[in-house]
Amino acid sequence: MSNSSDSKPAGPENSRRNPHRVKYAREISAVGARVRRLELPFNRHGIDPYGVRQRDLARMFSLFGLAYRYYFRVAVTGVDHVPARGRAMLVGNHSGGYAIDGAMVVASLFFDKDPPRLVQGMVDKFVNRLPFASQWSSRLGQFTGLPEHAERLLGDGRLLLVFPEGARGTAKLYPQRNTLVEFGAGFMRLALATRTPIIPFGFLGGGEAIPTIANLYKVGQFVGLPYIPITPYILPVPRPTPLRIHYGEPMVFESTGNEDDDVVDGYVQRVKDRVRTLLDHGGARASGPPREAKS
Amino acid sequence: MRVLVTGIAGAVGRRVARELVAAGHEVAGIDRRGWIGAPPEVELHELDIRKRTADTVFRRFRPEGVVHLATVTHVTAPSDDRYRINLYGTRAVFDHSSRYGVRRVIFVGRHTYYGAGPDAPLYHREDEPPLAVATFPELADLVAADLYAGSALWRFPGMETAILRICYTLGPSGLGPLASYLRGPRVPSVLGYDPLFQYIHEDDAAAAIALALTGAPRGVFNVAGPRPMPLSLLIALVGRRRLPLPEPLFRASLGRFGLPALPRDAVAHIKYPVVVADEQFRRHTGFSPRYDEDETAAAFRAAPERPDAGRVRGGGRTGL
Repeated sequence: MSNSSDSKPAGPENSRRNPHRVKYAREISAVGARVRRLELPFNRHGIDPYGVRQRDLARMFSLFGLAYRYYFRVAVTGVDHVPARGRAMLVGNHSGGYAIDGAMVVASLFFDKDPPRLVQGMVDKFVNRLPFASQWSSRLGQFTGLPEHAERLLGDGRLLLVFPEGARGTAKLYPQRNTLVEFGAGFMRLALATRTPIIPFGFLGGGEAIPTIANLYKVGQFVGLPYIPITPYILPVPRPTPLRIHYGEPMVFESTGNEDDDVVDGYVQRVKDRVRTLLDHGGARASGPPREAKS
Repeated sequence: MRVLVTGIAGAVGRRVARELVAAGHEVAGIDRRGWIGAPPEVELHELDIRKRTADTVFRRFRPEGVVHLATVTHVTAPSDDRYRINLYGTRAVFDHSSRYGVRRVIFVGRHTYYGAGPDAPLYHREDEPPLAVATFPELADLVAADLYAGSALWRFPGMETAILRICYTLGPSGLGPLASYLRGPRVPSVLGYDPLFQYIHEDDAAAAIALALTGAPRGVFNVAGPRPMPLSLLIALVGRRRLPLPEPLFRASLGRFGLPALPRDAVAHIKYPVVVADEQFRRHTGFSPRYDEDETAAAFRAAPERPDAGRVRGGGRTGL
């Protein structure tokens, strides 16, 4: 991105002449308006203390919005369980060979929450090593999953996204697409230490969108990725299948400050069970019937 | 208070001296370099802090406070010379200070102590270990000087020592590691990376140091100015053009084509941010910078294009 020093306002204001594009252009300028409604301390350059930039958010959400509404047609239930402000931790399952699940969770709380909230994912370490991925993830507030980052962001009342399965979760093959692998306990230690409510969620459909039949680990490591997923049609391009996100009720764990590992593992298991339930029963147990994404 | 400032002829040193004089302190200074046009109230000694004569300055002036700014940060000074100045100089300052009953010593270090890397956190806190030793070995002597100064906290318990880790200074002098990097009309960056840069106006840095002398308790404190800015925006604010180069090309073109000559390992500091959390310092001293990110950049923009070459050791090279 070589022209990032210019400072046009977020979101293109002028709708293109082509009538087919007018609808999209209108939505993109609506994205700009939503970005301005994010309750983050932006300065006059549109930058928050972490380097999150309004202009780049508008660009990203314009793109994500098309994927969210038209390509995947994401259906969301229980978005009201996510608090309107204040710290919280979204914890759910990985679904799909790479981060479309994370991207769609971020999109869901931007497009279907009022006022919109910026979800800040705890990202795998390899992302920040790659050119462009490093630059974009930094400007969009998606930081490396370090305890220091999580603690500071939660202290600032931000909304965190954690996939406790880690890279093992995205590496699930098609037959295992709706299973859960081991949850790390780091998120729970942080939630206990910072008294942060956990919003469990289940993510469905990523395995159908990216039907992984094998993961190339050696090739991936050669280019700086953990692995490269291979689909029956070779390239890991996601297919336009519907995705579903079910948010569950917040879970709050009281801490004494020095829980034993067994106790923490028990709490982790309770979160994992809730994610399991959300995957099996969808939003049925959460809140009302699933509603279709607006189109 | 009688205050002795080492490295007084540097851009920040001069401002610290003026700030202290204005606050009614009695100021003396030591520097190998001269300072033409120094305020008459300042007692200047043109000498090396490591020499015996420095001892005499301490004995005669009897400072109550010492601000130690005499560290070489430009990476071009031959490195064993640099190492000696930064470590033996710091040792001499603490030894003299303890011998002549100095109450407060302020060691001014750099925020680059923490180092930059893909897995380093944003907003370093004072208790974090120095990653710079691994990511940028040329900075090892500054890291060592910082840690050595920290040892004064237990070696001289009667003396109140504060170690400040100040972010990049920028301002009207046009001097300093960041200024050298930003000097040319085109500033090279690494394609695909746009780290946050944290910088403070020289006057604010001086004010923070002066404030630390009277306000900060013993300990280690990060000092920062306004909110950090992405490098791309900083380059635009100082009126330069960004030249994003793929990393191999970036490494190969340093010091050529009129681009700044960065040490090889400085690349990590152009790809990844070094940002410090300064809440501790602000809370203890009530410090708040007077210049925001735009005013600071504008002050540097108005700086002379080629600051007095004799004063910049090593010319155009820089030690991010």
